[in-house]
Amino acid sequence: MPSVVVENISKSFTAEKKKVLALGDISFDVAKGALFGVIGPDGAGKTTLFRILTTLILADKGKVEIDGFDVVKEYKDIRKRIGYMPGKFSLYQDLTVEENLEFFATIFNTTIKENYSLIKEIYQQIEPFKDRRAGKLSGGMKQKLALSCALIHRPSILFLDEPTTGVDAVSRKEFWHMLKQLQKEGITILVSTPYMDEAALCDTVALIQNGKFLSIDTPEGTVSLFKKPLWAVKSDNMYKLQQDLKQFEGMASIYPFGEYYHLSLNRDSILQEDISAYLTSKVHQGLEINPIKAGIEDVFMELMKSTDD
Amino acid sequence: MKTLRFLLEKEFRQIFRDPAILRMMFIMPVIQLVVLPMAANYEVKNVKLSVVDHDHSSYSRNLVNKIKSSGYFILTGYSSSFDAALKQVEVDQADIVLEIPADFEKTIVRENKAGLFLAVNAINGVKAGIGSQYLNTIIRDYNQEIRLQWIQMPRFNNEPRIQTTSSNWFNVHMNYQKFMVPGILVILLTMVGAFLTSLNIVKEKEIGTIEQINVTPVRKVHFILGKLIPFWIMGQIILTIGLTIGRLVYGIIPEGNIGLIYLFSSVYLLAVLGLGLLVSTFVQTQQQAMLISFFFMMIFILMGGLYTSIDSMPAWAQMITRFNPVSYFIDVMRMVVLKGSRLKDILPHMGIMAIFALVLNSWAVFSYKKRS
Repeated sequence: MPSVVVENISKSFTAEKKKVLALGDISFDVAKGALFGVIGPDGAGKTTLFRILTTLILADKGKVEIDGFDVVKEYKDIRKRIGYMPGKFSLYQDLTVEENLEFFATIFNTTIKENYSLIKEIYQQIEPFKDRRAGKLSGGMKQKLALSCALIHRPSILFLDEPTTGVDAVSRKEFWHMLKQLQKEGITILVSTPYMDEAALCDTVALIQNGKFLSIDTPEGTVSLFKKPLWAVKSDNMYKLQQDLKQFEGMASIYPFGEYYHLSLNRDSILQEDISAYLTSKVHQGLEINPIKAGIEDVFMELMKSTDD
Repeated sequence: MKTLRFLLEKEFRQIFRDPAILRMMFIMPVIQLVVLPMAANYEVKNVKLSVVDHDHSSYSRNLVNKIKSSGYFILTGYSSSFDAALKQVEVDQADIVLEIPADFEKTIVRENKAGLFLAVNAINGVKAGIGSQYLNTIIRDYNQEIRLQWIQMPRFNNEPRIQTTSSNWFNVHMNYQKFMVPGILVILLTMVGAFLTSLNIVKEKEIGTIEQINVTPVRKVHFILGKLIPFWIMGQIILTIGLTIGRLVYGIIPEGNIGLIYLFSSVYLLAVLGLGLLVSTFVQTQQQAMLISFFFMMIFILMGGLYTSIDSMPAWAQMITRFNPVSYFIDVMRMVVLKGSRLKDILPHMGIMAIFALVLNSWAVFSYKKRS
């Protein structure tokens, strides 16, 4: 039985007298013990989805089952077995690290000791500061504390809403390492993130945009959705480069990507020399043209474009 | 039970860790109780009087001396003409002008009557009304004195005279502080009960901790009790501090049983805590909570019978005061402290307060949702 079963849920909010669709007809399953990533830009509906799954808000339509319990009727059972870490740090700032952890252990009717093994690796890093108030911790430590608090009752499913937003690159890497460890303990993890590069670390990736899933697949499967040839192009005059490439025959799409433009083409028959010749004829200097393999972000741009059309 | 105990422990820990809340709860009430009753006073004193004496006789001098010695008036000066005196009123150096006509003494002796003229600055209606009333009383008194000097007492009084003597009950010396301190104490209790509670819950909303609590199996009733009980206790502590100050600073010792005050306050606190809880379910930020609290506080104070008597309000306003929990407690406080009322006397108030508590709390619990 999958840990999470979502069937056709929709949710809309009224903002400024207009109805805004936050989630439109989403369905998916998460297998037990999987690391499921929901990836999409800000405002795509990630938080709304997580709040529905954690029984905080009700969907307008559809059915959700968490560990076999209905999210509407059996929310009490669900609350006992899930861990939720909201995107915003929301522990008691005026309580110390240890008091926060103890508090959440107690309200779940357990003790720190009982499940210490589960959080040991994470908690050990902040244990030297256990008498410090949570509000005075650094961003990375706050995040570790929040994760410890979400885990203290040994949940079977862990929901992490943008846990790595605003965290430095090293901590982000560490954090994903911790998630992998937790997965080994048999905990199902649902994690949302706006960072495409984190997608590769999940078992399954769902790309979300405007309240709809664009694709649900393994990272590899997702990447393979990108069928067109892709080139990274760079020149001394980037603005002119963009203008010129838009005119290029066989251009499917072009968008900035770091210091390059990613150019996807309609046809396989176009060679590097063809692009090079075209751009040289447009008097570009310092040209760099490399064939590349598509990443998740390229897939995302492609899928987004096709849904816009 | 264990959860509730822990919730309470957490709540108290947070309260005692926040110096601002502690100050607000314990130092502010003390200052308010010490300063307000001393300063806010209904008695009209220091009325500035300007006298225009055209007569300069011994009778007019006696009259002015009598006014001066009453203690309510400050003689700011003699003016030569009414116009000059009016100037003084205009520049706010005089509140009342007393003009004594020329021949005041002559006419009073010869014709047995004489006129005096009072001009009162009525910008401050209360001061003008009470000040001129005092002055009239003094003049009437003076009039009687003169007559007593002249009249040969007949054997029997030929016209029957009714003399009124009054005796003040419950607050014999009409001590204003005795009247105010219990009332102010009620307001303080209300502030702590209703507003600190709502601020506290809204703070959890703002920080997002309430969300974190909501995904746990903590029961709604435990969470709410965990919020109410600490402030209920705080309220009783403040009441104790207030009563102690009343005793030490103002010498106010309740006539009735002090236990009755605590009994009533325990029900009263439930009601105002319910109000705070209710406010917190409707607002999203502490700022909103503050503004709503301020609105209620104004109504509670001005329509609670603290400063103005409810009996002299128009009928519709009296209706409003019935929905003001503060008015009941102020009433009970004064009844028990000044009159020595017994349980039987305050039972109706207590019943109404229990209804308040029940309605407000059930409304609040009903609208507090762990999810939307």
